Amino acid sequence: MLAPSEAIGVQALRKENPYLPAMARIVRIHRMVENNYLFTVRFLDDELARNFHYLPGQFVMLSVPGTGEAPISISSTPSRPGVLELCVRRVGRLTNALFRSRTNDLVGIRGPYGNGFPLDRMAGNDLLIAAGGLGMAPLRSLLWYALDHRDRFGRITLMCGARTPQDMLFREELVSLLDTRELECLLTVDADPGGAWPHHLGVLPALFDHAEIDPARTYAAVCGPPVVYRYVLERLLALGFSKDRILMSLERRMKCGIGKCGHCSVGYKYTCLHGPIFTYWDAINLPEMI
Amino acid sequence: MKILKLSKDKLDFFASVLQRFGEVHAPVEDNGEFVFRRLARWSEARLDYQRTILPLKKYFLPPRETLLEYRPGTGYVPAERDLEARLVLFGVHACDIYALNILDRVFTGRYADPYYETRRRNIAIIGIDCRPDERCFCRSMRADFVDRGFDLFFHDLGDAYLTIVGTALGDDMVLATGPLFSPVTAADIEEYKRRSAGKRAAFRLEVEIRDLPEIFEMEYDSGIWDELGERCLSCGSCSVVCPTCYCFDVHDEVELAGNGGRRVRTWDSCLFSTHALVAGGENFRKSRASRIKFRYYHKQRGFVAEYGRPSCVGCGRCIAACPVGIDITQVIDTLRGVLHAGPQ
Repeated sequence: MLAPSEAIGVQALRKENPYLPAMARIVRIHRMVENNYLFTVRFLDDELARNFHYLPGQFVMLSVPGTGEAPISISSTPSRPGVLELCVRRVGRLTNALFRSRTNDLVGIRGPYGNGFPLDRMAGNDLLIAAGGLGMAPLRSLLWYALDHRDRFGRITLMCGARTPQDMLFREELVSLLDTRELECLLTVDADPGGAWPHHLGVLPALFDHAEIDPARTYAAVCGPPVVYRYVLERLLALGFSKDRILMSLERRMKCGIGKCGHCSVGYKYTCLHGPIFTYWDAINLPEMI
Repeated sequence: MKILKLSKDKLDFFASVLQRFGEVHAPVEDNGEFVFRRLARWSEARLDYQRTILPLKKYFLPPRETLLEYRPGTGYVPAERDLEARLVLFGVHACDIYALNILDRVFTGRYADPYYETRRRNIAIIGIDCRPDERCFCRSMRADFVDRGFDLFFHDLGDAYLTIVGTALGDDMVLATGPLFSPVTAADIEEYKRRSAGKRAAFRLEVEIRDLPEIFEMEYDSGIWDELGERCLSCGSCSVVCPTCYCFDVHDEVELAGNGGRRVRTWDSCLFSTHALVAGGENFRKSRASRIKFRYYHKQRGFVAEYGRPSCVGCGRCIAACPVGIDITQVIDTLRGVLHAGPQ
């Protein structure tokens, strides 16, 4: 019907098939916290490894051969090409299989998908990155992107919260940022069973008491469990943030990543195409968003 | 636009020539219902049919389809079985063609689906006009007439078909039959217009879709959805028979010998409780009420925002298929009525 008089063959399936993953090798598996590993992967195809362009906030569809496919946000920054870092929590069948794999095993990757953070709009502004729990997984890409392009942004404030020090993703890396003047790094834990945590104690939103933020010239990037959204958004709005200066990264069930399978739709938006980064304005206009 | 006429007594011959263009499928009767299937002989075709049980998406997005094969060592390769089969679907109603044009908006363009696209290119479509029954509301959905999406379209003139040639392939079909087709006369055109007006007058079911997206927004928290959730069985029949429902699930299957496997997609439904379930157990649409609301919302409101029109074509299949009698036109009427009722 589309080009009726020519019988087209199956070449298209091999040439431009958005469902076809490229194979990548797991080059490092780093146990960050219980049930949260950082997988570093590199495409077998060297050219693809060097030229895999993505934006902070985008995700890939990760295939574990024989098990299936799932959306995973990219935790590395495009400013450091060559490998991709994927922070994965063991929560289901696919991630269980992934956690059984070893260095040098192969996985499939396709993408990058989603809109990513609107870097053009954010450039020249201050950044507030607020992450709770697993929320650091997508926000770490933005954090390092901003630090690697330090002159493109104004003040950078990082707020990261976890239940205990042992639960904090990228803890060592984040603690090392406390000493740099490149950003204001605020780390907090809800509880400190070991009694050896020298940083903030309390919930994530309480960190706002320690930060200087100018809502008129700041973009806030927020990711975390629902409770984080609830209280962090409350603080941001109280500070006077415009709703389109608040950016949130959302997760949904996804089977395709390319706006076809229907699973990730919220209201009339597809999380995979129009998101996963949404402004708070988008969010309040779409039912079921948070 | 090329418009011709085919005398009905020449239809058999025309159909025999069509086989040159692919395997001919047409509506046939099966236990009192109609289904599209390969014809064993032309006399089986029932061009006077009412809606088929399943819409044509079964040809373009099969209920179960292997997308990729996986072999250890080589990784994933596309599965290519059956994709090059050339078919001619004869006797497709306007609403079903319209539905394919809607699916095109999702499956072609950005991130084009090459499986769908390949089949779309290899499957010819010959449309035929129809008379509405008590469940047809395609006219309300502006899908009672199509101006594209077919290779040929036959409009009944009584003893002949006024034939609109939609594509070069359709033209090839016409030319392959030699002098079978003749030019239309002024009388034929008058007859077409008379019948077109008659069809318009024959609709018994009507819904108003203007400002429906806004009404959906206003009635988002309406109790109607809870009532529907109480009745709905979450069986998914409405999405199976819907010509524009395209949600699919994807899963991997492993060869028992352990040396490879395949990635398969199957039809899915937003009425199923797992549709919005993510790993870890969070479910964004736990209740049946939220799922049936989502289905209506996506088709009647979401699609309008994204593509400028509802994805419903008014074919009436969901009304026929629902085991508890949920009727989309009544749902829409009730939503409108709720707004008008108010305190007396």
